[in-house]
Amino acid sequence: MAKYGILIDTDFCTGCHTCEVACQQEHDYPVGLNGIKVTEYEYKLANGKVKIDCIPFLTDLCDLCMGRQADGERPSCVKHCQTACMYFGLTSDLAIEAASRPRAVLYTHTPK
Amino acid sequence: MGKIDVYPTTAWSAGTGCHGGCGQNLFVEDGRLVKVEGNEDHPWNQGRSCPRALAMTQYVYHEDRITQPQIRVGERGEGKFEPISWDEALDICEERMGKIRDEHGAESVIFVQGTGRDIGGPITFLAYSYGSPNWVQLGLSGHSCYTPRLGAMKTTLGEFAVADCSQFLEKRYEDPEWEAPEYIIVWGQNPPNTCPDGFYGPWIVDCMQRGSKIISVDPRNTWMSTRAEYHLQIRPGTDGALALGMLNIIIEEEIYDKDFVEKWVDGFDAIKERAAEYPVDKVAAITEIPAADIQAAARAYANAKQAAIQWGVPIDMCPDGTAVAHAISCLWTVTGNIDIPGGQVIAKPAFGVTAYPFSSEELIELYGKDLITRMNEKRIGADVYPMYKHFRGWASPDVTIEQIETGDPYPIKGAWIQTANVIGGQAARAKFHYDAMKKLDFVAIVDLFHNPTTMALADIILPAATFPEKNSFRSWWTPMDSIKKRVQVGECRSDWEINFELAKRFNPEGLQRWATVIDYFDERMEPSGMTFEDLEAKGGWAMSPEGPGRPYRRYEKGHLRADGKPGFNTPSGKVEIYNKSFEEWGMDPLPFYTEPPQSEASTPDLFKKYPLVMITGARSNLFFHSEHRQIPWLREKEPDPTVEIHPDTAKEYNIYDGEWVHLENDMGHIKRKAVISLKVKPNHVQTLHGWFKPEAEGAEPNLFNVWDYQVNQIIPGPQASKSGFGGGQYKTTLVRLAKITEGGA
Ligand code: SF4
Ligand code: SF4
Ligand code: SF4
Repeated sequence: MAKYGILIDTDFCTGCHTCEVACQQEHDYPVGLNGIKVTEYEYKLANGKVKIDCIPFLTDLCDLCMGRQADGERPSCVKHCQTACMYFGLTSDLAIEAASRPRAVLYTHTPK
Repeated sequence: MGKIDVYPTTAWSAGTGCHGGCGQNLFVEDGRLVKVEGNEDHPWNQGRSCPRALAMTQYVYHEDRITQPQIRVGERGEGKFEPISWDEALDICEERMGKIRDEHGAESVIFVQGTGRDIGGPITFLAYSYGSPNWVQLGLSGHSCYTPRLGAMKTTLGEFAVADCSQFLEKRYEDPEWEAPEYIIVWGQNPPNTCPDGFYGPWIVDCMQRGSKIISVDPRNTWMSTRAEYHLQIRPGTDGALALGMLNIIIEEEIYDKDFVEKWVDGFDAIKERAAEYPVDKVAAITEIPAADIQAAARAYANAKQAAIQWGVPIDMCPDGTAVAHAISCLWTVTGNIDIPGGQVIAKPAFGVTAYPFSSEELIELYGKDLITRMNEKRIGADVYPMYKHFRGWASPDVTIEQIETGDPYPIKGAWIQTANVIGGQAARAKFHYDAMKKLDFVAIVDLFHNPTTMALADIILPAATFPEKNSFRSWWTPMDSIKKRVQVGECRSDWEINFELAKRFNPEGLQRWATVIDYFDERMEPSGMTFEDLEAKGGWAMSPEGPGRPYRRYEKGHLRADGKPGFNTPSGKVEIYNKSFEEWGMDPLPFYTEPPQSEASTPDLFKKYPLVMITGARSNLFFHSEHRQIPWLREKEPDPTVEIHPDTAKEYNIYDGEWVHLENDMGHIKRKAVISLKVKPNHVQTLHGWFKPEAEGAEPNLFNVWDYQVNQIIPGPQASKSGFGGGQYKTTLVRLAKITEGGA
C-alpha cells in the first residue's frame, strides 16, 4: 500500500522548476529523465479573464527519496520547493491535511 | 568514496549568477563539490533553493569553463587563445594599462560590469586604485536597473525602502512584531522567477499564503497577475501616469494618512497640485487600464492598514525612470506605510557594513585626492547629466559608448570588463557597441565561460571563481553573510583576489595596510564587531540588533539621523516628496509622466509600420541574463529563445505555434520560436533577452550565433531621460513579426 505520499498545494505552485532540478541532482538523472515534471496550463475563465495554473506530477522515476528518508531528510523536491507548497508524510495524515485546503493534490506512490 | 563534509555558505553571483542572499549547503567530497542543498538554518530561504543553485555541480565542473588565464594569439574574433600563467597575465595587464595611463590618463580606461551583483566592490577597488573614475554598466542604457529607483528614494526619504516580508527579523513570519501586508502592489515584477536586489522573490508568495492580497501592475498575464485581486494590465512604459493617477485618487478622496502627512511629509501641497494634473480618465487613456480598476486598486491600497509595494526594473526602463520611481514612492509616503510592519520597511545594509567605501573621506584616504578631482572633472556624462554628477559614482553608459566612437572630449583606449557579456547581453544598440569596442587598444576580461564578448574583444582573459570557490561577504540588506571557499577549480580566482592583486600593483601605498583580502573584509566588517572568521563561526550569518538596522518606526525612535533626533535623514527631517535635491540639480522637483519615445502617440508613422510593442527583459528562473545556456539541467527546460504571441495576432500574421519567426524593425531582425499564448495582449509580444548559443561556433563572424538572437540589437538608444538615469527602451520598442522565408533565415 502507498504508505507515504506527497501533498501539493496547487494554489501556490508557480511552475518554478526547482523541484525538477532537485530531483535530477538527488538522483543524478541526466537530461530527459526526472521523477517529477511541472506542467503549465493557461486558459480563459467564463468572465473572459486569463488564468495560469501550474502543477507537478510524479513519474515512475520517483522513489520518494528513500535514501533521504533513511537520513531523516525530506525528499529533495519537497525541501527545496521555492514556495514551500509541497509536503511529505504518511498518506493518511496528508489526506486530512489536503481536506483543509481549497485546492490540493495528494500523490500516493509506491516505489518499486 | 571519501567522507562528505557539509558547509553552509551564501549564494552570491558567479555560479547562480544572481543578486544572491540565500543560504545553501555545499556537500564536498575529496575536495570536489558533489551537491548543493538549501540551508534550513538560514532565515532568508529557510532551506529552499532554486534551479540554478541546485545545478551548481554542472556549472562548476562544466567542460567549457575557463580554468586558466588566456592570451589572445590570433586576430580579435578569431577565437585563438593560449593558456598563460597568472603572473604573466597580470604583468601584461599592468604593462598595457600602465602605458595607457601614462600616455592618455587613467580616465582612458573604462571599468565595465553587468548588473549590480558582487562586482561593485572589487571593480571600483581596482578602477580607483588605477585612477579611473569611469566605472560603468556599459550598454545598460540609462543605467536602467535599480539606480533610478535608488536615486528617487535616497533624495526623498534619505534611505532606501523595500516591501516588508519580515526579512529583517530573525524569526521571520513567526515574529509577533510582523504583520502580513494586507495588499502588496507587485509593480513590474514576476517574483516567482527572480531574487532581485537583496530580495527573495518567493517571499511575496509566502505573504500570499499568509493572507496578503495582490495588486498586479503587469502588461502580461502571469501566474501572479492571474491570482491578483486587481490586475492592472498596463501599457508598457506608462507607469508614471498610473502612479500619479493613483496618487491623485488617494489625495482627492482624502484616503491618505493625514497624521503621517502632517507630521512627517514635506511638500504635500505641491504634490497634490501635480497629481491633480492626472485625472483618472486621462490616466486610463494613457495606460489602457479601465478607470474603475485604477480607482479600485488605489482605494484598496490606501485603505489597507498596512500595504507594501514590490517594484521591478520596468520602472527604471520607463522614460524618465527616476521621476516614475519618485511618483511611486509618493504612494507609500502619503499612505504612511513607511517602516511599519507589512509596509515599506527601511532597508539598511546589515550592521551598517558596506562592501566598499562610499564617502569622499574614505576615498581620499585610499586613493588620493586626485581621484576625487577626476571623479568630478573627467567622469563621463557627469557634465551632461545632473544625476551622474550628484548621485553615485557611475559614468554614463550612453555617453561612454559615443565617446569611444568620437574620442571627444578625450579618447577611451582600454576596457576592464568583469563578468559582463556586454555584446550578448545588456547593450542596447548592441552592434554599435560591438563596432565601437573593437577600436579599443586593450581589453581584459574576467569571466567563467567564453561568450560573444570574450570572443569578439578579449586580449587577456582571467578565469573567475564561483561562490563555492571563493571567500567573500555580503551585507546587502540583511543578514550579513560570509561566503567561504571550499573547493578549487583549475587556477580560478575570486574577483576580489584578482582585483586586489592588480590594484596593489597600481596603488601600493594606498593599499599597503591589507596583506590579504580577508584583512580587507575584516576592516569593512568592523562596525559589526565581528571578523570574517567570527561570522563564519556563528554559522555564516547575523542580523542587525535593535537600533538603526532593525525595524520598525525608526523615524520616531531617532534611529535614522546623525543627530539622534526623531525624523528622517533629510535636511528637513521629513520625507521630502517635493524633491529639493532634484530642484538643486536643475531637475523637476515633482514627479511627471513622459510618453515612451516610440509609440502610437509619439511616432504614429513608425507605429503604422511596426504596430507591436515588444517587451523584453523578463526573467527566466532557469537562466540569469545571458548565462547558463550551457547547463544541461537548465537548458533542457527552456531549449530555445521564444516569443509570446497572442492567438489573434498569430492568426493575423499566419504564424503557427513552434514556427521560427523574425522580430524586426528598422534596426534589424532577430529569430525567435513562436509560442502562441494568452499571456500577452494582441498588440504586445514578449521575448527574453540574453540569448546566444554556447554550443555554436564561437569565432567570428558567428560569435555563438549572437546576431541571430541578440534582441538588444533592435533596441534603440540612447536612454530617454533628462536626469540621465532610466529610460532604456527595453520594454517599449516597436516591432513587427515576419515569417522566415526559405533561405531567408
Ligand atoms: S520525492 Fe524524490 S524522487 Fe520523488 S520526485 Fe521528489 S525528489 Fe524526485
Ligand atoms: S518547486 Fe514548488 S513551486 Fe516550484 S514548480 Fe515545483 S512544486 Fe511548483
Ligand atoms: S536566485 Fe535566489 S534562491 Fe537562487 S541562488 Fe540566487 S538568491 Fe538563492
